[in-house]
Amino acid sequence: MTYNPISVSELNEYIKNKFDEDEYLANVLVEGEISNCKHHYTGHIYFTLKDENSLIKSIMFKSYTSHLDFVPKDGMKVMVLGSVSVFERDGAYQLYAKAMKQLGKVGDLRVAYEELKSKLEKEGLFKEEHKKKIPIMPQTIGVLTSNTGAVIRDIINVSTRRNPNVHIRLFPVPVQGEGAAQKIANGIEFMNEKELADVLIVARGGGSLEDLWPFNEEIVARAIYNSKIPVISAVGHETDFTISDFVADLRAPTPSAAAELAVPDIAMIRENLLGYQNRFKQALLRKTQLMRLQYEKCMASRAFTQPLQRIHEQYISIDRIVKELEHIITKKLQQEKANAQTLMLKLDALSPLKTLTRGYSIISIDGKAVKSIKQLSKDTEIEVRMHDGNINAKVI
Amino acid sequence: MSQKEEKLNFEETIKQLEEIAKELEKGDLDLDSSVNKFEEGMKLSKKCNDFLENAEKRITVLLKDGNDIKEENFTQEEE
Repeated sequence: MTYNPISVSELNEYIKNKFDEDEYLANVLVEGEISNCKHHYTGHIYFTLKDENSLIKSIMFKSYTSHLDFVPKDGMKVMVLGSVSVFERDGAYQLYAKAMKQLGKVGDLRVAYEELKSKLEKEGLFKEEHKKKIPIMPQTIGVLTSNTGAVIRDIINVSTRRNPNVHIRLFPVPVQGEGAAQKIANGIEFMNEKELADVLIVARGGGSLEDLWPFNEEIVARAIYNSKIPVISAVGHETDFTISDFVADLRAPTPSAAAELAVPDIAMIRENLLGYQNRFKQALLRKTQLMRLQYEKCMASRAFTQPLQRIHEQYISIDRIVKELEHIITKKLQQEKANAQTLMLKLDALSPLKTLTRGYSIISIDGKAVKSIKQLSKDTEIEVRMHDGNINAKVI
Repeated sequence: MSQKEEKLNFEETIKQLEEIAKELEKGDLDLDSSVNKFEEGMKLSKKCNDFLENAEKRITVLLKDGNDIKEENFTQEEE
């Protein structure tokens, strides 16, 4: 009888092949708690993934660790995507992690986020009436973000494109990790205290909830709320809503959009100014045209074109009135003359003198006419008036 | 920060420009007042223009210098 043993290496190779043929093991999603976590100097992470009853040795190579949005530590609950294979040297199967997401912590963050959000909302920090207006022509744009990376570059690019003469004042702050929130809050306070900007942009690029966390902290929310300088919040991507976004005076979906909201398009402002100047000119022109029209209308009136006509007209009416007066007076005179003549004729007819010419006499005593012989007696001295003279006589 | 002192209230000035334009366009001012308003408007708009012209591009960064903060021109570090 001949034995035909295989080597340990061959055995392990065989087992490894069995593992690697299995499609399910090539792409497995597993949940567990990290323990025995070692960050090797080569950049790989060695750890054990376990639950209450069981464990599996795990490794994440350096090429994958750069995509992690957290630092794996013992006790963390995680979800790991990877493949299970055999490390032939040790004859051990292990989980080769390609991606890892933190479970418990993210859950906790969600809860903290919702709690803070409703607390600040109740306090009225998000209320529209507290929102300050973004100035239309800010002289200095204060930016709080990291001094490296795409965010500040995007903000500078967009800002200078809209206004080549813009003044951007960057206050560099860490935008993630421990202590970032405090530094962001201090930065906002500092800019306010020294009045270093007309508008503030608080910005950060996209990232996981944990990355964006400083912008979900109360200290940052309060600093934004207390800022006298209007604050534009631009944190994460368009779909990320942080507490900072809610409390800020304006939320921009991205840092580039924040720059667009903060920096006025200088060409448009120039055009506006020109528009006003044109309106002023037009209005004044219209005014002078109107005045000219009024002047011309005035000058066209007869008072100015034929100034003597009215005087002539007046002359004519004066003449007419004078003539009328003359006429009236002449008529009156004639009438009076006629009246006088009739009266004179009447008078003439009645005059006693006329009777005297016919041979009558008037006897009078002491100038009084004697109308009866009873007035006369012997020796009464009388006066006899005849048409050609008077004579005294005595009754015999 | 000498610019701060002669800071122009751009917003307020634009508001004034709008008011002047409306008043002028109504046309019921007498000629003297119209001319005065016109001159005021042109002066204000010129002031705004000068403000835009005279602004100079500055990208600065505030850096901690001990307990002080100093301001320097900002040049982005290469990543």
